[in-house]
Amino acid sequence: MQKVVKSFGANTVLNALDLDIAKGEIVSLIGPSGSGKSTLLRCINLLEPIDDGEIWFGGIDISVPGYDPNPVRRRIGMVFQSYNLFPHMSVMENICLAPVRVLGRKANDTKAQALALLEQFGLADKAKSYPDQLSGGQQQRVAIVRALTIEPEVLLLDEITSALDPELVGEVLDAVRNLRNTGMTVVLATHEMSFAREISDTVCMLDGGVIIEKGSPESIFTNATNPRTRQFLSRVNSR
Amino acid sequence: MIATVSTLAVAITLIVAIPKMPRWDRVKKSFFNGEVLGETFPKLLDAFVLDIKIFLWSVPIILFIAMLVAVTRNSRSPALFPLRILAVVYVDVMRGVPVLLWIYLIGFGVPGLGLERPWNSPLLWGTVALVLTYATYVSEVFRAGIESVHESQRAAARSLGLSNAQTMRHVVLPQAVRRVIPPLMNDMVSLQKDVALVSLIGPIEILRQAGIDKSKFASFTPYVGAAIIFLAITIPMTRTTDWLLERERRRTSGTRVS
Ligand SMILES: Nc1ncnc2c1ncn2[C@@H]1O[C@H](COP(=O)(O)OP(=O)(O)OP(=O)(O)O)[C@@H](O)[C@H]1O
Ligand SMILES: [Mg+2]
Repeated sequence: MQKVVKSFGANTVLNALDLDIAKGEIVSLIGPSGSGKSTLLRCINLLEPIDDGEIWFGGIDISVPGYDPNPVRRRIGMVFQSYNLFPHMSVMENICLAPVRVLGRKANDTKAQALALLEQFGLADKAKSYPDQLSGGQQQRVAIVRALTIEPEVLLLDEITSALDPELVGEVLDAVRNLRNTGMTVVLATHEMSFAREISDTVCMLDGGVIIEKGSPESIFTNATNPRTRQFLSRVNSR
Repeated sequence: MIATVSTLAVAITLIVAIPKMPRWDRVKKSFFNGEVLGETFPKLLDAFVLDIKIFLWSVPIILFIAMLVAVTRNSRSPALFPLRILAVVYVDVMRGVPVLLWIYLIGFGVPGLGLERPWNSPLLWGTVALVLTYATYVSEVFRAGIESVHESQRAAARSLGLSNAQTMRHVVLPQAVRRVIPPLMNDMVSLQKDVALVSLIGPIEILRQAGIDKSKFASFTPYVGAAIIFLAITIPMTRTTDWLLERERRRTSGTRVS
């Protein structure tokens, strides 16, 4: 991403932000509330049009106005803070909707694949349940499986644990660790500093619409050079 | 318990008090004449079949037009802008005038153009007026339903690569329709009654039949008969609506009923 600018009215949220993400890399976005982490992820997935700059993905600038967003979104999975499962569909229907409707897969093949994934995420017995019959942690794991079944090249995770009770956070984080082993490229916005430290290859500190500091987890968490990063981390740690 | 007692008290008061009114005898003879009722009731029922027919023809067409209008108004594509304007004008104009007036205007106006049979029937055009008006009421109900589906549901669907149309079809509309079934039923109850308005421009359905019998027997009893027939249909519909509403309320407030 180069010089990406995004404003809501007079409020400039992303101000000429640059970010490179390599294939297979796990990148964490940290920063104060309102710093634009969610907005950045939504821009990557073309859920928000950007005002200026470029977003390159696999050799194409996908941010050009009028570029068809759907093929891009097929290659990018996204999981939201509030799960956003479809309440009128069972777990299995939630998962199979996109593969069948978007990728044109056969329902039976998709089901088999979905069951394997559900198994892998400890949800094998929930295929027929409806979202309101599941705990928050289970719903969020279903949302991860749903994002995975379109076989994305990149997965965007937006504070996927912050709506969960503390005792459910662990199971969802385990699911993400699970992903790491598959070599998936992941960009995640998070307030779980210890998790960001453990899972990431790169940590980016967002503030004032730009990435003010970027580096390995070790360098950011033990040796931040930018005073604002230090201030943010000490405030988070003292909570 | 208290409810039962107070209901009984009110009922007894009514039963005792009304016959004590000075002209009760005359009203009773004119409105509740058993003989006249017996004689006219079968004809009224026959005439009511036309009401039912108009109703059953109208409902699917109303739902179809209403859905089309609601989806058009909710679309965001700039290419559909002229259609959106058209939909807004259509809804505003139809909703801004009483149904009865539309029935007169379209029901007498269009056949007045000198069309050939069967296209010159006031029954046909009266029904068209009813359908076009009710489609706008129902489209507003659908639109409210569509708007009640949270934006994040669309975001989730779009993030999976679903197109706008697929998002509408598979994610938004199923949730929207489920939510608006109770208010939709309300509109259907009103429609069932308003079908009788078509009679004012000609066709002999129940209300008109009652009018004819009223003159013939010099008694208002046929109107009471017609009311009874309407109630036999609308009360169950209303009760079902309330039951659906109650169920929906319980469901959305979190207590799960299985
Ligand atoms: N749809 C929108 N319309 C207007 N303003 C918005 C919209 N979405 C986000 N914003 C604004 O953009 C800014 C960044 O929001 P964003 O949600 O990206 O922050 P965040 O870093 O994800 O915060 P948090 O940690 O609280 O989730 C905020 O000031 C917010 O008010
Ligand atoms: Mg956020």
